[in-house]
Amino acid sequence: MPKIYLDYAAATPVDPKILRAMLPYFKKECGNPSSIHYFGQRALEAVDQARANAAKFLNCDPGEIIFTGSATEANNLAIFGLVKTGDHIITTQIEHPAVLEPCRALERRGVKVTYLPVDSDGLLHVDEIEKAIKADTVLVSVIYANNEIGAIQPIVEIGELIRDKNQKSKNKTYFHTDAVQALNYLDCDVKKLGVDMFSLSGHKIYGPKGVGALYLRKGTELNPIIYGGNQEHGMRSGTENVAGIVGLGKAFEEMQSPKLRIQNIKIRQLRDKLIKIILKSIPDCRLNGSLTQRLPNNVNISFRGVEGEAMVIALDQKGIALSTGSACSVRNLQPSHVLLSLGLSAQEAHGSLRISLGKYTTQQEIEKFLRVLPGVVERLRKISGYK
Amino acid sequence: MKPYYSKKVIKHFLHPKNFGKIQKASGVGDTRNLRCGDTMKMYLKIEKNVIKDAKFETLGCGHAVSISDIMCELIRGKTIDQALKIDYKEIVKKLGQIPPAKVHCSYLAKTALKAAVDNYRKNVRSVKK
Repeated sequence: MPKIYLDYAAATPVDPKILRAMLPYFKKECGNPSSIHYFGQRALEAVDQARANAAKFLNCDPGEIIFTGSATEANNLAIFGLVKTGDHIITTQIEHPAVLEPCRALERRGVKVTYLPVDSDGLLHVDEIEKAIKADTVLVSVIYANNEIGAIQPIVEIGELIRDKNQKSKNKTYFHTDAVQALNYLDCDVKKLGVDMFSLSGHKIYGPKGVGALYLRKGTELNPIIYGGNQEHGMRSGTENVAGIVGLGKAFEEMQSPKLRIQNIKIRQLRDKLIKIILKSIPDCRLNGSLTQRLPNNVNISFRGVEGEAMVIALDQKGIALSTGSACSVRNLQPSHVLLSLGLSAQEAHGSLRISLGKYTTQQEIEKFLRVLPGVVERLRKISGYK
Repeated sequence: MKPYYSKKVIKHFLHPKNFGKIQKASGVGDTRNLRCGDTMKMYLKIEKNVIKDAKFETLGCGHAVSISDIMCELIRGKTIDQALKIDYKEIVKKLGQIPPAKVHCSYLAKTALKAAVDNYRKNVRSVKK
């Protein structure tokens, strides 16, 4: 049975071009970028090239890019590196755990944290920030586009607000965004966005897992969270993941191709069709999150009378891979914090599916999925006694 | 590493034999797991203290559905007291090991059974009155 992959928001396949660029760095190009001999310098050159690619894409200086092991690490570096006991942080209720958990850890150490609510579309209102920001607010961290519902947050407007506040106040507030899900689809010019820090990772942009980066605007003073040989301008010690970084650099190069725009239009068209047909053909379901301020590859739908994980496992048996935002799973029995923030009941939040498309998704795959889904929902509704 | 869903669990999840309602059931138990939000309803047909038939309706994950199905299978033909004594170990015997996070699904089935028995006993008392 051919498998259908609809979980691009979890991880994307590595683009063959990207893989090809990486391969020499596992074998022939074996050097450590810190070595001064031929092999070392070759590796250093490759890392620098990747840094230049990233900088070009983000419209920043190569010296402002710090390669990390993941976006989670980049978020941790941004938050723990900046914030001190007694400071105040503002974030949202719909952040990824990679931001929420560092904030909670800091809360336990005496940092004040404000978790701002979002509206029923999953969007943050800028005036919420305006109300919450104080003289001692050192950090505002807002996810660029949410991983579960794809809701795009008003980063530019928040950036402007913080700039205005900083002009009036002598205590600077820094602005961080977790942009992991946004890179493929949204403008990531850090100057336009007005951010001081910006986190990203490789495996959402057809690059490898195990590599991420933090853009750190010049003049933003961070303390490292990993100490050692002072790699990455001393901000992230540890021998560079050269092959991974080369892959990430190549991913940035690929994203600058003019083809990306056409690719994204195709993804959006398939996605729109998917939403329209599901809502029309299956009774008692609802789309979660804004329809307009939404990543073009994201669908998140709640089905009444069905539990999300049961749908995922039933679809998996039919060769279709996707996820639920709120699995009753190993880590957490609670329904999705994101869907609850939108005002959904626990049961609605539990009955949700996240379908995320990518550049390899075909019309045929979507059609097959649409043929299978109604039967799965119907069967599970029979089992749950839902009328 | 063991798969998160074992073959036996998948089999019961895809082809449960015991879901649905029993018309004129002797007892019906309705329960909800407050932590994960799953719900289970159990229908019992009881004659002379013996469970003649059991059916379930479960809104829950694949493990919850499989365990509900197994529970109905296990209690059929047993006396009420025997049925109430069924525990997690017997479910594991039938389904194989369940991931630690899913052990609570078995409590859901036990609670639903207990509620159905309570409901049956209440019905019997009200008839006697």
